[in-house]
Amino acid sequence: MAFDIGLAILVLGVAVWTIAGRDAFAAVVGFVAYGLLLALVWVRLAAPDVALTEAALGSGLTGGLLLAASTRLRRPETTAPGEESAAPLRFAAAIVCALVTAGLVAIVLLLPEPPPTLAPQAAANMAATGLGNPVTAVLMAYRAIDTLLETVVLLLALLGVWSLAPDRFWGGLPGQRHHADPEGVLTFAAQLLVPVGVLVGIHIFWVGSIAPGGEFQGATILAAMWILAAMAGLVDAPAVSRRWLRSMLVAGPVVFLAIGLIGFAIAGAFLAYPDSLAKLLIVLIEVPVTLSIAATLALLVAGPPARMPQQ
Amino acid sequence: MSGSTAYGLCSAALVGLGLFGLIVHPEPLRKTLAFNVIGGGVFLLFGVVARRGAAAGFGGDPVPQALVITGLVVAFAATALTVGLLLRLFQEAGRANLRSDE
Repeated sequence: MAFDIGLAILVLGVAVWTIAGRDAFAAVVGFVAYGLLLALVWVRLAAPDVALTEAALGSGLTGGLLLAASTRLRRPETTAPGEESAAPLRFAAAIVCALVTAGLVAIVLLLPEPPPTLAPQAAANMAATGLGNPVTAVLMAYRAIDTLLETVVLLLALLGVWSLAPDRFWGGLPGQRHHADPEGVLTFAAQLLVPVGVLVGIHIFWVGSIAPGGEFQGATILAAMWILAAMAGLVDAPAVSRRWLRSMLVAGPVVFLAIGLIGFAIAGAFLAYPDSLAKLLIVLIEVPVTLSIAATLALLVAGPPARMPQQ
Repeated sequence: MSGSTAYGLCSAALVGLGLFGLIVHPEPLRKTLAFNVIGGGVFLLFGVVARRGAAAGFGGDPVPQALVITGLVVAFAATALTVGLLLRLFQEAGRANLRSDE
């Protein structure tokens, strides 16, 4: 109990730093710490699957993306004097935000008793999926349509990022080629960590059917390992016009949709699985989905095409 | 006050704090950060509701937990698109702020 209150205060303190810090770079560092502390909160809330996602994606990948952006925007974005919001606006904003917080506090304190829950339904239907992790069962069976749409949203976001490329670089290689000292610490860390990280990513994906983990967490770790190798200059991003790359990106949603449609024929509904085949079909979906998500996340971090292959 | 109530109050404060940053910060990158702080608060509120719904041998209701995982991934996708737009604006205009008066 004391630990929970202390942790909540710590999360709030780091959030204040993220919002109030003068320097954008320091604020992003605060945000990474915020994400990691939230991951700890998720463990306390008995949600280890969410904790893994928060640590890897909410804190790690988002933090890396924003750190890179903050260094590139650093010089000219320093706020000119007079660009700060006027005091009356800040005052009005503070009042509005205090009201929103007060409303949410009231909601938290007045949450219904007994608490509504779908856990019994999820437990009752879990046996049919052959899965041991209730969150994966919800993601892949009970609410599979959400997960399908989410993989499509990721692809749309990537298309949006790519479409920001200048015309002359369309179909080229994303981001800048990184060069690191081949004898340096970064290269050494990448050589040491990437093989282990890839193994951990695959493991997290695979145990997701029975224990905390799953395709999103595993895919995020795989994407992070590729980013690390790219930052150390060990690998270069492929041109976004490559057919194999594009096939890899759409494989997940396509297989997901195809098996969903087959559901009409063999189980009578979209995304329905017959009991005897449920686990097999779910794994058949999860493997390409994991690959697609990993590739999409890595390319989202890499950014729009910025150079042609021969440059 | 139980542990999950403490986190519930924390999430309420996080949403207010993030909203404040979203309104008062002039730089888009800081607005993006503030928006992600709001997101953290909203997800946390979901987590508290999930924890309260612990039943059937689970530590929490798995349905809101799965929704939070989906939400985290979509939030990352939106952030990546925002950062892409911001860097492109900076590349084209040599500045990255939201003023329209020049």
